Amino acid sequence: MWKWLHSYADPERAYKLSSTLLPWFATLAIAFIGIGTIWGLGFAPTDYQQGDSYRIIFIHVPAASMSMAAYMGMATCSFIGLVWQIKSADWAAASIAPIGAVITFIALVTGATWGKPMWGTWWVWDARLTSELVLLFLYLGVISLYASFEDKVLAARASGILAIVGVINIPIIKYSVDWWSSLHQPSTIRITEKSTMSTDMLYPLLINIFGFGLMIAAITIVRFRSEILARNGMRPWVRELAKAEGVK
Amino acid sequence: MVEQLKATTLVSASNLTCIREERILFDDLSFEITEGEIVQIEGPNGAGKTSLLRIIAGLSRPYAGNINFKGEDIVRCRDEYNDELLYLGHLAGVKSELTAEENLNFNLRLCGYDGFDSREILSKVNLSGFEDALAGHLSAGQHRRTALARLWHTNCKIWLLDEPFTAIDKKGVEELEHLFLAHAKRGGCVILTTHQDMGVISDDILRKISLDYRFV
Amino acid sequence: MKKGISYTQAFGTVLKRDLQIAIRHRGDIFNPLLFFVLVVTLFPLGIGPEPQVLTRVAPGIIWVAALLASMLSLERLFKADYVDGSLEQMLLSPQPLPLMVLAKVLAHWILTGVPLILVAPLLAVLLHLESNSYGALIATLALGTPVLSLLGAIGVALTVGLHKGGVLLSLLILPLYIPVLIFATSAIDAAGMNLPYDGQLAIIGAMLIGSLTLAPFAIGASLRVSTN
Repeated sequence: MWKWLHSYADPERAYKLSSTLLPWFATLAIAFIGIGTIWGLGFAPTDYQQGDSYRIIFIHVPAASMSMAAYMGMATCSFIGLVWQIKSADWAAASIAPIGAVITFIALVTGATWGKPMWGTWWVWDARLTSELVLLFLYLGVISLYASFEDKVLAARASGILAIVGVINIPIIKYSVDWWSSLHQPSTIRITEKSTMSTDMLYPLLINIFGFGLMIAAITIVRFRSEILARNGMRPWVRELAKAEGVK
Repeated sequence: MVEQLKATTLVSASNLTCIREERILFDDLSFEITEGEIVQIEGPNGAGKTSLLRIIAGLSRPYAGNINFKGEDIVRCRDEYNDELLYLGHLAGVKSELTAEENLNFNLRLCGYDGFDSREILSKVNLSGFEDALAGHLSAGQHRRTALARLWHTNCKIWLLDEPFTAIDKKGVEELEHLFLAHAKRGGCVILTTHQDMGVISDDILRKISLDYRFV
Repeated sequence: MKKGISYTQAFGTVLKRDLQIAIRHRGDIFNPLLFFVLVVTLFPLGIGPEPQVLTRVAPGIIWVAALLASMLSLERLFKADYVDGSLEQMLLSPQPLPLMVLAKVLAHWILTGVPLILVAPLLAVLLHLESNSYGALIATLALGTPVLSLLGAIGVALTVGLHKGGVLLSLLILPLYIPVLIFATSAIDAAGMNLPYDGQLAIIGAMLIGSLTLAPFAIGASLRVSTN
């Protein structure tokens, strides 16, 4: 079953595959996010309680849900890299990390912006916001560990181990933060009550969630490609590629 | 007769590539090392001698290729390989807070030996009388000898020695060379790097693996 | 030449060596402890000496200080061995690496965690901790500090080959410490209100068992990367 995966462990093939996939992901991502955002911001009905300020969920919820998914993706790549010793997988993990961090940051900022009209304050130690903040720290840890190594092959392996350690800890952290917040404040505030959401609001939201996923995949592919080139700069196929592009 | 000629392969490397700081140190390097061989890895500074030795030891992972022990990748049989492996690197692995004897005891026990007479082993490297001196107070040569003492009490077949003669006096070097020859005769192998000329081990016994400095 | 050291003996050898070295280097034991005491003393100066306020925040202060002290002392866990080459020898030894790593972490915990537990009640007095919380304080520290050592050792193992340590290390491991902090302080709070706190203790115990089984493997893998 893993045979096909192993053939893509070779950097050159991984590069070619990602070059073929990139336009698809990019086009689909732009299409989905375009439709979802225009529908959500322009045509979805106004919420009877929150007015128009609720519309930030069309950015906030996709970012928040994808921030966790990106971490899972990163840890999965690291795991593949660690167990089967596939360097390309380590590089893929390393290229997801900064994207995940930015998405997490977007989720935090939009969450805080939404909190201002709703709760009257920018920051509330709400369980979800707190978990999101911790997730951001975990991402930053992976990124700065990667940045600290001079040898990037090693850097990718080291940050891969950290990502796996983090993914084991995420459920524990999330559970403990949920428990902690239920202990310290009565759970009166709920950010999204999906059950009460009308389908006119739900569809653009789902489209945007999907679009965010595609966008993360597309940007990951772009970064992954440059990662492969940077690591294989002295290989003949990269030189030929550079020559074909007209670089001396 | 034929069997006698064909000695058993202890370690083999296949298609090793090592890249450090975006520079290819060596590419597609393959060799086999058999019982009874003394191999010197030679090359100028920065050619990757230490890197190669560390890859053979399994400390570094090569960029591509693998090291095989008894036909199996050492990543898959690490404990078994380590059992036959004695590696002494640039860094001696001697704790300056411990005495020479404590250091030797620890190093030997770490390799699984039990019931040895550490004072007798230390006397073989001329450290009699220094057993209870803290390693931090010993001279550079004595410090090195504390690490080398393990060579006199081991049944590991594969010796990997990175610059073993550093800080060792002439007589000490000779003793070491005799030890290497005896070890090779017993069916072991020695892989070493050194910039010093060896007097006892002549060039026709010594096998060399050369690494060049590559500019690309 | 007799070979045949059992796993227990190998574990004991590493443990004994690390304790021996630390005893000859006593400063390493006292400095983190002193740091712990100092940080705790700073808080009343910062937030005022009112006993009610201090009682309220005491569990959090003691635990946050314990986290920081544990993290700072961990930084040296593998450094000396890395610098003098003993770490390489350990990686190349036929003994299982997770076992030796566990011995090193245990030695470290005996040297820094245990003194911390012993000093904590004294600091609790300074912070006017509720008198019925003392049992919970000791219990959470006894169960929690080994978790901190084990998790922290992963971060230390990942950064041991790097020149910059401290700040990076804190970024790597402090987020992982959050669950221990939450359950430990909540147990102490519950004890202060005369509520049962065995649930929280059980969770910290579970974390201890989980990290005891998994962390040594992660530490071993990290060390192999760091010595590459």
